[in-house]
Formats: sequence, C-alpha cells, structure tokens
Amino acid sequence: MRRVPPSDPRDDARRAPAARGSLARFFRRRTAVAGGVITATFLAVTLLGMWVTPYPPAAADYNQTLAPPSLAHPMGTDDFGRDILSRLMAGARYSLGMGLSAVTLGAAVGSLWGVASAFHGGFFDNVSMRAADILFAFPGILLAIAIVAVLGPGLTNVVIAVGVFSIPTFARLVRGPALAAMGQEYVEAARAVGAGGARIMLRHLVPVALPPIIVYFTLRIGTAILTASALSFLGLGVQPPTPEWGAMLAAGRLFINVAPQLVIAPGVTISLAVLGFNLLGDGLRDALDPRLRV
Amino acid sequence: MLRFLGRRLWQIVPILFGVSLGAFAFLHAIPGDPARLLAGPDATLAEVQAVQARLGLDRPLPVQYGYFVRNAVVGDFGRSYRSGDPVSRVLAEHAGPTLELSVISTALAVVAGMTLGTLQAVRRNTLPDYCSTVLSVAGISTPSFFLGLVLIYVFSVNLHWLPTGGMTQLQSVVLPGITLASASAAVIARFTRSSLLEVLGEDFVRTARAKGVTERRVLVRHTLRNALIPVVTLVGLEFGFLLGGAIVVETVFSWPGLGWLLVQSIDFRDYPVLTAEILLFSVEFLAINLIVDVLYAALDPRVVYR
Repeated sequence: MRRVPPSDPRDDARRAPAARGSLARFFRRRTAVAGGVITATFLAVTLLGMWVTPYPPAAADYNQTLAPPSLAHPMGTDDFGRDILSRLMAGARYSLGMGLSAVTLGAAVGSLWGVASAFHGGFFDNVSMRAADILFAFPGILLAIAIVAVLGPGLTNVVIAVGVFSIPTFARLVRGPALAAMGQEYVEAARAVGAGGARIMLRHLVPVALPPIIVYFTLRIGTAILTASALSFLGLGVQPPTPEWGAMLAAGRLFINVAPQLVIAPGVTISLAVLGFNLLGDGLRDALDPRLRV
Repeated sequence: MLRFLGRRLWQIVPILFGVSLGAFAFLHAIPGDPARLLAGPDATLAEVQAVQARLGLDRPLPVQYGYFVRNAVVGDFGRSYRSGDPVSRVLAEHAGPTLELSVISTALAVVAGMTLGTLQAVRRNTLPDYCSTVLSVAGISTPSFFLGLVLIYVFSVNLHWLPTGGMTQLQSVVLPGITLASASAAVIARFTRSSLLEVLGEDFVRTARAKGVTERRVLVRHTLRNALIPVVTLVGLEFGFLLGGAIVVETVFSWPGLGWLLVQSIDFRDYPVLTAEILLFSVEFLAINLIVDVLYAALDPRVVYR
C-alpha cells in the first residue's frame, strides 16, 4: 500500500491555459498517454497470448536449455529449454488478471461498504468505519500473507488476499462524496417519489463517487500486480509450472549466474506493466479529480 | 497537547481490540489442530486431549480469547513449534536486524528522496526535473525482489564488491538497504516536489522575494521548513512500512530479520510465531501512526489539538 502523491496539475495549466474537458486534459499529458499506450499494449499481448505464442509455453527442449537471447528465442530459454517470451505472453493472463480481479473485488466490496455506511449513518456508520480502521491497521502485504496462510496458496486465494486490503480504502473514498450527496435535494426527491434504499445507494450515491473510484482503481492495479507477484515470488501465491511472472522470477533466481535473462525478462515485464498502470492512473487523476490524494 | 494525546490513545483502544480479535481468529482459522501438531503424529486421543487441556483449547472460545489477550499483554505467545523457544525470545532475536535495516534504509530514502524532490521542484520543467521524475516513477513501479536480484547480479556476482546475502559483515547491509530504500525514496521525492511547489506559490514567498531575500534563503528559511511538514508524515509512514514491509527484501538477501522469520514461519507452519508477528506488526504500525500524528501537530503551529 503505497501512497503516491499527485504531480502538480499546475505544471500543465501553465503550458496550455484553457483546458476543455477531462479528455483534453488527459491527452495533453504526455506521460498519461504513454501510460495508456503501455497498458493497451499489455492488454493486447495478454489477449494474444491466450491464443497464440511463438512456441507452446510448456514445451521443453532439452537441446536448448538456458540459451541466451537469439533470433529464434528473443528472450532466451529457461532451464527446461522453454521459450521465455512465450511463457511471459501466456503468463500475462495470470499476472495482470490477478491484479485486475483483486482490485475489482476490493472496489466492489469497498464501494458498497462505503455507500451503505454513508446512507445509514449514525451508529452503523461509526461502527463500520471503525471496522475499516482495523482492516487499515494491518500493513498490506502482511494482511495478504496472513490470508494466504489461512486459505493456502493458489490463484483464487491470492486474488482474495490482495483484494481484501483494498477494501477499506475504497470504503473511505466512497463514503465522503456519498455522505455529501446525502444532504442534496435530489436524494431527498428520490426518496419522496418512493425510491428504496438500494436504488438510492446504487443510482444516486455511487455515481457521485465514480471519479475517485476510477482513478484509485487504476492506481491500485499496479500495487496489486506487485503484491500478487511478490506473493508468488515468496512461494505463497501461484505455483510453478504456471508461467506467472513472479513465480518465473523466483524459479530463475537459481540461474542468475549463468542465464540472467531468466530474472531480467520477467522482472522488466512486471516493472513495465506496473509503470503503465501508474502513469495511466496519474493521468486519470489529473484529468478527473486533481485534488485526490491517495 | 496532553488532552490531544489522551484522545488519540483512547481512539486506538477499539482498533487494538479489533486487531487482537483478528489475530485470534487467524490462529483458529488456520487449518490443522495445534494440539495434534504438538502431540506428534503417533499420539493417542488421550494424549491429544491432554495437550488440548494444557493449552486451554478445550475451553469455550470467549474464555480462550481472554487467555490469549492476557498472555499477549505480558508478551507470552507460547513456544515456537520449530525451535521450542519462547516466541518472545525468537522475536527479540530477529528484531535487531530488521530495526538496523529499517533505520539505514529510511535514512537513505530521506536523503535521496528529499534531494531529488527539491531538485525537481526548483528546476521545474527542465531536463533534470523530467529525468528525476521518470526515475521516481520507475522506482515505484519496480518490484523490490527484482531490484534486489539485479543489484546482486551486478555488485556480487559480477563485480564481487559486496556479499550476496546474510548478515556476516558490515557491508552486508548495503544492498538490502538500497533495495528497501528505493521505493520509499521515490515516493518521498514525489511528495517533496508537490509539497514544495505548493508552498512556493504562497503569498509569503512572493513577499520574501519582493523584499529582496536571496533565492537560497527563500528556499531554506521560508519554503523548505513549511513544505517538509507533510513530508514528515510520509517519512514516518514509510518507516512503518519498511519495518513491516521488509518481508520480501529480507527474503531475497537472507537477512535474518522479522520479515525473513515470517516467511520461514509460514513454511514451517509455526503458528505461534506467526500470530505474534502479525500482532506485533499491527501494533507497531498503529504506534508509528500515533507518533506521526503527534509530530505533525508539534511541527505545524496551525494544527489545533482537539
């Protein structure tokens, strides 16, 4: 759980004075566009990797073990002679998928929690926010490790473990704007025409909090990918032979002396993916919600 | 000030209660019966029940929780399944290395981060600003285990300058220290930059410049002091993360600290140690949060204690 301070939006305001709409603001930032391009490329390669890879990702070739990068194998081969590029492409669905699903889980549960807390108010609000504080008191990766220790390793359990520690942040993020909206006349009007609690919460309160949710969602994916791959690296997450990037890096560690590409290729891939989401998230924040500090 | 402290301490009580409940639930949620584990694989039912009675596991859950809290308060977490030593002694043995690593890397992160951040703010929108901004985003995005392995590859495997791991000599701390500091340094740099830029736009800075104060003096006397208040908060929180978050880095470098111990305890299913560690990290995190709050109030005269 890292708090990334915002870059100063005034930097760009100075260069181009009249900003028209969020979209224009987003596209004026070169780093934001770069983040978007990196993220889109990764998503495209992930989709591609589900159907085609240069070699079958699990195919061993014992004549070609630990081969350095070459034309036939652009990123070299591992200790079983498996093509590293193919494995990275095939593994993208695990590494990115876990990050995306974990944050989706955290955002869904956290938003519902926050909006319910704001809607009901009073004692319930008090208790539920204290509960969020308790969840907040556990440092992120520690909470994830504890959950995985209880549930056991594996893809689904990592998603739950990483997702849980996003919940309190989303709850707080949604509660504020929702609480402010509760005092607005349109909510009163909705109530007057007989809208139920669920309808008011989902149709009238959640949309108010949508900009910070979107921004934080994107920023959080990078952290989630890092945490999930760290769990796999520690042997607590996705297990080999699944070509998850953190697990690949952990397995390649033993060969760092003779074949550094086994560490460098997955490491650079993780860093680039996280970088893409972080830049995109920063750009979205400046475009949608410049004052947000998370 | 005292009332403020008292209030903040009082607010921690329900959180501590929840945390202890969480740790207790964790101890009971983990698969496997600890009595059976302790009694050994060939134990008879009577033997297992004897162990259960000795550990108090045959009592109702609320009673067990009461014992758990009472023992936790006096620092008694039972004995490690792995070594048989009291858990408190095991933790004490590994706390030193973690503290050493956290202090060194926090110092590194503060110096590097604030220097970089100040440079970025003063030379805004120039090449040095862009370069160090890219550097700090990259620092946040690189997984610590990858950076650690790259440093090992360059400085240990190829150059033979520094040891690959362990805590055998004085230089052992260099690589894990840098690895742990890098992400924090990046966060501190970005925060310092935006905080400085905010203060540089204030009226009193313009006034100082208008009355002819030198730029260096404006920066040091008028700007930095004010800009660093929020940075202090961040440094405190980062220190808390480093204390607890050294898990991955300690594992990469086989640094015999609390994080390394945590991963070992999971591998060995050493649940008493694991529970104590979770509790310890959370309490520590809460304590640091409190200290940061107090420090923040003490540094910024505009903060009113309520």
